[in-house]
Amino acid sequence: MRLLTREALLTFRRAPLLSLLSIITIAFSLFTVGLFGLVAINLREALRDIEERVEVIAFVFRGTPAETIAVASSDIAAFPEVQAVDYVSEAQALHRAQQELVEFRDAYRDIQVNPLPASLEIRLKEGFRDAATVEAVAQRLRGFGFVEDVRFGREWVRKLDSLRNITGLVGLVIGLAFAAVAVVIIGVTVRLTILQRAREIAIMRLVGATDWFIRGPFLLEGALKGLLGGFLALGLCYAGYFLFRNNTTAALADLVFFGPVQVALLVVFGALLGFGASLVSVGRHLRNV
Amino acid sequence: MPLPVAVGLEGFYFPTVIRLSHVYKTFPNGALALKDVSFQVGKGEFLFLTGHSGAGKSTIMKLLFAEQQPTSGDVRVSGYNVSALKRDEVPKLRRRLGVVFQDFRLLEDRTAAENVAFALEVTGARNDTIAARVMRALTQVGLAAKSRAYPRELSGGEQQRVAIARALVNEPAILLADEPTGNLDERASRGVFQLIRDINAGGTVVVMATHDLDLVRQTPYRTLEMREGAVVYDSALDETDGGARQAGLS
Repeated sequence: MRLLTREALLTFRRAPLLSLLSIITIAFSLFTVGLFGLVAINLREALRDIEERVEVIAFVFRGTPAETIAVASSDIAAFPEVQAVDYVSEAQALHRAQQELVEFRDAYRDIQVNPLPASLEIRLKEGFRDAATVEAVAQRLRGFGFVEDVRFGREWVRKLDSLRNITGLVGLVIGLAFAAVAVVIIGVTVRLTILQRAREIAIMRLVGATDWFIRGPFLLEGALKGLLGGFLALGLCYAGYFLFRNNTTAALADLVFFGPVQVALLVVFGALLGFGASLVSVGRHLRNV
Repeated sequence: MPLPVAVGLEGFYFPTVIRLSHVYKTFPNGALALKDVSFQVGKGEFLFLTGHSGAGKSTIMKLLFAEQQPTSGDVRVSGYNVSALKRDEVPKLRRRLGVVFQDFRLLEDRTAAENVAFALEVTGARNDTIAARVMRALTQVGLAAKSRAYPRELSGGEQQRVAIARALVNEPAILLADEPTGNLDERASRGVFQLIRDINAGGTVVVMATHDLDLVRQTPYRTLEMREGAVVYDSALDETDGGARQAGLS
């Protein structure tokens, strides 16, 4: 183990320029992946804000007893898709209308009988805000006898659906493309290191080192370079994020950065890239000697 | 300190340590490198392989340390069947061999001691035994005083001695030397050759490829002469040794 670490670290001392080149290459590849990741999570964040407003409203027949509604409310709240159920009484509906629809405030003030029905406003849990689930919940609500009508922004929810699918797909494709480019570039830099040390590998084989023993330092070295590249990429991403956030309009000021899990993922991904590229390159070299 | 007795030293106790039977080697470009080569090397023996460049000496060496496999025929070294050796068995065979080349093959950025230690480290030797074993090997080749020197600070003869120390440090049953004196001046050649003879005197089988016929003539060792991939003369099979030997080497 000590030997493994020593041999892996020796490369950095022996070929500092090549090592630096590898790390920077990895860093820039991951930086590109990271930047796209930032765009993706901010898009998702924006979508989530919109999604939170997805709700199903069940209008209640006038004169339905309060107990019936209370019992039904708790039934509905127990649906696996449902996050919260709010009862809005006729009076509350009127009050809200007066607050929100300023143009009609006077008209509402003058009326003698409240024309607005009571309703149950149902918000869905995250992950259940797609068109199919919303439709299914609406269908179940229609089954309650006291429900007069169920409304939700059908078209709107559908558009949200396709937007979500497109962002996910585009994110995946571009992310994979950049990751593939990163793997190829890292593979090339590792290959350079191996060619530089071909003589050493030949001598190791000559004196009876096993293939795994020869691979060891290269794999550790690759993983280390990937790790360092990952940290550098993270720094670059943060610099980019910081500059962008501070030089744009207020609307973009609430952009988010990676959470701790995503930070760890980026760095671990870097280490895995370095490890994988080394594994492939050393394997190919060893097969040919 | 007790010597580490390698598991399966049975090869060492075989009367025959190396055996080639009807070995053919064809290169991918179709060139025939070896034609029906058969010979045996017994325990404790010293064997010269002679012949012009391209005669097949190096190919035989490469077969012996499993760098290459024969196209057909049987190659057995220290109990291993090289013809059917799996890739993961190659290191096991090589740990029983010491190999020395014309170009020394030392690592330039490591000292003499580190170069020798390298052979122990890669085979997983215990850390606390390495320094002593390295010093013993360097002492054996007469370079204990230069253990901290880098290859570029050593003469050719000294570099070859480091390479020999590296080959010896694992206490191999067989030492393979491919033109070990090819890059050395006469004085250094003599020194290195004497060292190899001493190693053989200690019981290690030596197979040495060389085209230095003066060196060969000075010694009584068995000689195999190669020409165009075939063995054309084996002094062990020659009853009228002196005369035929002269003819064979002419």
